[in-house]
Amino acid sequence: MSLTVVEKILSQKTGKIVRAGELVITPVDGVMATDTTAPFAIQAFRAMGGQRVWEATKCALVIDHAAPAPNERIANLHQMMRDFAAEQGCHFYEIGEGICHQVMVEKRHVQPGFVFMGADSHTPTYGALNALACGVGSTDLAAVLLTGKIWLKVPSTIRIICHGQLQPGVHPKDLILFLTGKISISGATYQSVEFTGEAFANMSLAGRMSVANMLAEMGAKTGFVHPAGLSLDYDFEPIIADDNAQYEQTYEFDVSDLQPQIAAPESPDNVENITHHIGKKIHYAFIGTCGNGRLEDLQAAAAIIRGKKIKPGVRLVIAPASRSVLLDAMLDGTAYALVEAGATIINPGCGPCVGTHEGVPADGEVVISAANRNFRGRMGNPRAQIYLAAPATVAASALYGEITNPRDV
Amino acid sequence: MILQGRAHVYGDNIDTDRIIPGKYTKTLDTQSLAAHVLEDLDPDFRLRLQAGDILVAGDNFGCGSSREQAPLALKAAGVSVVVARYFARIFFRNAINIGLPVLEVPDHNIQSGDALEVNLLQGTVYNVNKKTTFYATRMPEVMIAIVQAGGLVNYLKTHGNYDV
Repeated sequence: MSLTVVEKILSQKTGKIVRAGELVITPVDGVMATDTTAPFAIQAFRAMGGQRVWEATKCALVIDHAAPAPNERIANLHQMMRDFAAEQGCHFYEIGEGICHQVMVEKRHVQPGFVFMGADSHTPTYGALNALACGVGSTDLAAVLLTGKIWLKVPSTIRIICHGQLQPGVHPKDLILFLTGKISISGATYQSVEFTGEAFANMSLAGRMSVANMLAEMGAKTGFVHPAGLSLDYDFEPIIADDNAQYEQTYEFDVSDLQPQIAAPESPDNVENITHHIGKKIHYAFIGTCGNGRLEDLQAAAAIIRGKKIKPGVRLVIAPASRSVLLDAMLDGTAYALVEAGATIINPGCGPCVGTHEGVPADGEVVISAANRNFRGRMGNPRAQIYLAAPATVAASALYGEITNPRDV
Repeated sequence: MILQGRAHVYGDNIDTDRIIPGKYTKTLDTQSLAAHVLEDLDPDFRLRLQAGDILVAGDNFGCGSSREQAPLALKAAGVSVVVARYFARIFFRNAINIGLPVLEVPDHNIQSGDALEVNLLQGTVYNVNKKTTFYATRMPEVMIAIVQAGGLVNYLKTHGNYDV
């Protein structure tokens, strides 16, 4: 009986062999909600008759989407989360601790082999460390808080094999943008994705998270980066698919000649080689998010702009993914180099990615961003345009005020 | 359960940022969500919408964010049911969970303004203008049970746990 990774994990959890297409009710090892989704989840939990969450140590609330609160309405929603966390004794992360997904990994709330439900669409990011992680909405999350379980259809799996090594100056973000362009925004809908091949084997945990982060942009339910080469600061049992596992589809790419990539407005799968966009004037550059706000992302940006100044008239905003990332960037001089070059570092969190605060673009402005979405209105203004790229490309573009290949800087 | 209304037809890959922009999502007031529904896709939608109208879309409706505010905004605005060729998975679950009926109809030729009759339990969409019937993909039993309960809150209030 050969199983895919998702079939293996769900078989293990439910105590019987399950295959793609079957409906299962599975125990959940951890849940998380943010200030966008937790208030409705708390309201739904109460409406279901919920008194105590099923297991407080497996539940976490994170204030990251609009942190600190920009107005009294959001301040009161934050307070609702604090009160609920205190009442239930569950984990709670205050403003400034960081983006939910970064915090869940750093604080080990999610580990290899876990079934994890997050009330945020980018929850499949944890596929970087071999966890079965799905994004859900507030009411599904409330149901897990109440029951400790969720119903899922076991998804079929798409396998993406990437041969070759990325060239210097080409980053995991370029690879996942390229793959999102190939698979499309709906190409993995309802499915699991397994990323495998030489290109992933040398990737850091940060790079793997950057890759798995955009599973959501392919429509996938969940996904996994092959654990060969994965290094965590604790022991774990890697989970790999069986040799004869059944795949719905297999894609193979040789990425050894891959160039930096750009996703043009207004969809993350609108991807081309950077050569098609070189010279496009930009007004605003942003590095951060659950996609690319980690230390190595900030270091890649600092390597480009250290000792230089960003172009006058361009804003460069940086939101570290967590307090820990910010501390590391302060300690190794990365933060100093960025700020000296003209960047504005804002507090750890989602920053301007969701259009709520901390850097909404003006009408007609062009943004280059290391985030994962460029839908119309994403950053709070439907009359601004968003181009997605790797942090190195964003930094290089901030330096020249136009889309610039970081390998030419 | 038969729902009748006029169709408002949109295309493929309507993302949740277009359904309800992120800047409006941090609230528990569903009427304030309704006030901005589809704002960045079609600013006049709210003005044309009459209670009970039916939203019709192509592929991958509701892709993007997990925000349940998207189906909540549509429901609070008066949309009675969403028909699409297929839905993004989180939106689909969210809509069922909050009691906004959704039907996956892989093949349809509905145009804006068509009068529709939707039979939720049979999974049929009758186009009154064109006198044609379209058939929805059958949902898993657990989802049908949640729809019949009027959403996941009521389902769990009654059952206490998943009962399938």
